Amino acid sequence: MRVEDVVCTFCGCLCDDLVIETDGKKIVGVENGCTLANEKFMGDHRLKSPIRREGDRWSEVSLNDAIREAAEILLDADRPLLYGWSGTHGEAQSVGVHLAEILGGVIDNTSTVCHGPSIMAIQEVGHPGCTLGQVKNRADVVLYWGANPIEAHPRHLSRYTTYADGFFVKNSFRERKLVVVDVRETESAALADEFVRIEPGGDYAVLSALRAIVRGRGEVITGPVAGVSREQLVRVADLCMKAKFGAIFFGLGLTMSPGKNKNIRNAIELTEELNRHTKFTISPMRGHWNVYGSNEVFCWITGYPYAVDFARGIAFYNPGETTSVDILRREECDACLVVASDPGAHFPRACAEHLARIPTIQIDPHVNATTHLCRLQIPVAVTGIDAEGTAYRMDGVPIRTRKLFDGDHPSDTEILERIYAIVKEAKGA
Amino acid sequence: MSGLLIRNAYVIDPLAGIRGEIMDIAILDGKIAEGAGSGCEVIDAQGCLTLPGGIDSHSHVSGTKVNFGRYMSPEDMRAGRTSRRGVMHVTSGYSVPTTFGNSYRYSAMGYTTVLEGAMAPLEARHTHEEFTATPHQDMMANTLFDGNWSVMEAVRDKDLRRTAAVVAWTLAAVKGFAIKLTNPGGTEAWGWGEDLHSIHQQVPNFGVTPAEIIGTMIRANELLDLPHSVHLHCNNLGVPGNYQTTLETIDLAPDLNSRRQSLYLTHVQFHSYGGTTWRDICSKSEDIARAVNNRPQVAIDMGQIMFGRTTTMTADGPMEWRLYMLHHNKWSNHDVELETGSGIIPVYYSRKSLVNCVMWAIGLELALLVKDPWQCMLATDNPNGAPFVKYPEIIALLMSRKFRDKEGEKIDPRTGHYVPLFSLDRELDWYEIAVMTRAAQAKALGITRIGKGTLTPGSEADVAIYPLDPADLDPAIDFEQVMAGFARTRYTIKRGRVVARDGEVIVEGANSTVWTRANVPPDMDLSADREFVKKFEQYYTVRMRNYPVQDVYLPRGVRIDTEVSP
Repeated sequence: MRVEDVVCTFCGCLCDDLVIETDGKKIVGVENGCTLANEKFMGDHRLKSPIRREGDRWSEVSLNDAIREAAEILLDADRPLLYGWSGTHGEAQSVGVHLAEILGGVIDNTSTVCHGPSIMAIQEVGHPGCTLGQVKNRADVVLYWGANPIEAHPRHLSRYTTYADGFFVKNSFRERKLVVVDVRETESAALADEFVRIEPGGDYAVLSALRAIVRGRGEVITGPVAGVSREQLVRVADLCMKAKFGAIFFGLGLTMSPGKNKNIRNAIELTEELNRHTKFTISPMRGHWNVYGSNEVFCWITGYPYAVDFARGIAFYNPGETTSVDILRREECDACLVVASDPGAHFPRACAEHLARIPTIQIDPHVNATTHLCRLQIPVAVTGIDAEGTAYRMDGVPIRTRKLFDGDHPSDTEILERIYAIVKEAKGA
Repeated sequence: MSGLLIRNAYVIDPLAGIRGEIMDIAILDGKIAEGAGSGCEVIDAQGCLTLPGGIDSHSHVSGTKVNFGRYMSPEDMRAGRTSRRGVMHVTSGYSVPTTFGNSYRYSAMGYTTVLEGAMAPLEARHTHEEFTATPHQDMMANTLFDGNWSVMEAVRDKDLRRTAAVVAWTLAAVKGFAIKLTNPGGTEAWGWGEDLHSIHQQVPNFGVTPAEIIGTMIRANELLDLPHSVHLHCNNLGVPGNYQTTLETIDLAPDLNSRRQSLYLTHVQFHSYGGTTWRDICSKSEDIARAVNNRPQVAIDMGQIMFGRTTTMTADGPMEWRLYMLHHNKWSNHDVELETGSGIIPVYYSRKSLVNCVMWAIGLELALLVKDPWQCMLATDNPNGAPFVKYPEIIALLMSRKFRDKEGEKIDPRTGHYVPLFSLDRELDWYEIAVMTRAAQAKALGITRIGKGTLTPGSEADVAIYPLDPADLDPAIDFEQVMAGFARTRYTIKRGRVVARDGEVIVEGANSTVWTRANVPPDMDLSADREFVKKFEQYYTVRMRNYPVQDVYLPRGVRIDTEVSP
């Protein structure tokens, strides 16, 4: 069967124009997808049934037993951590938040190790952004800063920027200037009209220099800044100020390099400064296809986008304290539920070690690095293939992912609702 | 379902012409009934003020920008938080509470129906998700068309039917309720960092003016026979001297509908400024009220501001930028392709700011100077003027000159030179407050047809019983009790169930989402219109097939069907 307008559940671009060919419960063809999408849809490395670690061996367990055990582990914990959420649909995230609430636990999503600093900066100075279509239809200058879309968001350029013709930009490739700022010459940098190569750790200084020039105080810059010549700084600032509509996209190269949230704050303040001259927007290149959805869902239920601690009864948020890495690092949590992410692959070693010591449960369709740390894993349907639900694109546009066929596994929502029901009953709520 | 009998209630039901009578109200199967059946539950209202459930006709509680207000404001989240208690979930937030926070606080005040003031069609799914998590109020969404390219093109071509067709397709696709225009044309100009300064200025690249958009949309609205009228946030919000723009806009409104207004102007306080700068800003409420008094085809809401901290959020992106240039705190902006814009900044309205004092006075003046309470609804443009939890205080101010004078002593002493407030003697009565907080909203929104806003048999059994005894209270003097009484019902009843008692929510909610489908003849159906489809696929970043909000997002949707007028 051929299904059109399929939503790709890989990265934050959330492309919704894929054409998928299915044969029963198997995907046999992907059109319009990037290499990441092809692997996502065609790859077949699913865990077949729930597994449980006994000593150093795995054994299969029934779904009912696995759900019961997961609930018991969480009920038995004093400080459970519910982590992940970026690779599942909003409905499951919502059940997860209510589960954390009733448990008095901590719930956190993958922002904690990606765009958490961006969120902290936004909480200081706000966020002048827009939907991606604004950029596609209007932008004549686009900057990628510390982001390499060719590798990480392969269709970002063709759907929204360099190769995307828009209403006011009829020939995007010619009419739209591309600036790439990075510490190394990436594949994306090779496409740029202007590649600004900065010394590692130099982002904050370069942003400050650009702000000074935009403010008309360029004379304070007397020589190169973090390896960027004064001439180039002036040229880039000038290009931005003369733009009719400019858009900055930034990635982890900016959020996770020295300065972190202060880098982002500086970039946002540069954007604000540019708005005194023209129209400028700034947007984070969100990674997981629904990490932004987890921020959204957490926000409307708890008030905070990530790192929410219910231990005091109220929702409490303090990044650096209630963030997963810090909780694990302090060896504070005594049980962890991992849903739709892979902390085993992304967290610092000390955190992974703690995850291996405590009872860690993973709800995930695939065997991944976290599998090796956990005690129990429950496989589920893959959202966008055999489960459906809401996803939020990197710019906040909500799109409903499509279910292509009925698979063999329950969805995240179904598993979480069953765990929630057991916990709720045990709590007498 | 078992019945419920409310005995001994002091009922004001303006739509039924009941101006204060002790009577019994019977409820059966979620509706007001002639009798509640034997063995029904009985509530003794003890002569307390009993009104149809409150209706907010303009409030920002759900959707992309509201949630971004939460996202960017942990300080506001910390400023109002409650823990999980009984059936109540954790809540956070003061000016932008979480969805459950909004829902519980509205319930405590006796509100059972809320119109979300602005929903960008492209992001409608988000609004509907939050509606589902706002469980104790029936919700509906104003749908933004102010910078809609297809609308502007149809208006430019003077094609009324096509304008209406775009509205019909969009409302049906996004499960929206009504047409909202926020700074029409200005939000498109903001795509280039510009704004429009007059309703006769052309929108860049589109060759239409706000006046043409407004005029055509009013007619398109009536062509589709939508329950509500065009819901307009005028151009030039918050600009000194903007009352002229507002008066010109009011002049555009024809009288096309005998059941309700033809144009609803929202948060008019923000649009009633005289003067030329922030230094000489003054109230023009008298001019605006006079215009409204002369035109039954127009209805407004106050857009009252109250002193203290809040968050401003609107689709009016350029206005938020101007406000940011004044406040310099933090600024978010979110333009939505082919449709609209939005912006958010936190503000503090201070008694020590003359400008803020003038604004405060103007909202009250509008309510006191508009003669017919059916034409002026009580609202704060929540949370822009103030969080909705301030409504009881506003009610008390409108009912008591003494309270106004007392408050007047606390504000900038120069205020009286710039506003007429302190010369106004009018004190609103219980009936007028009942009109301004539910009955007028039901009429203006056109939702009496689904049983909203009244307690006549067959209506939705949404009832608020306040701990206020009108026989015993003089609101002109006892304003403290009035405030406390309207802040916390004794009972809030939603669709026949007691959902809140003495401020505590006691059951899980099960709200409805009300939306409109205008059934159009084939020549107006754009779903197969080649030009419309082609433009959609070319310029949006979402496929047309993935754009409509699926039924699953409205677990209890209530659809109002309309037909194109012949």
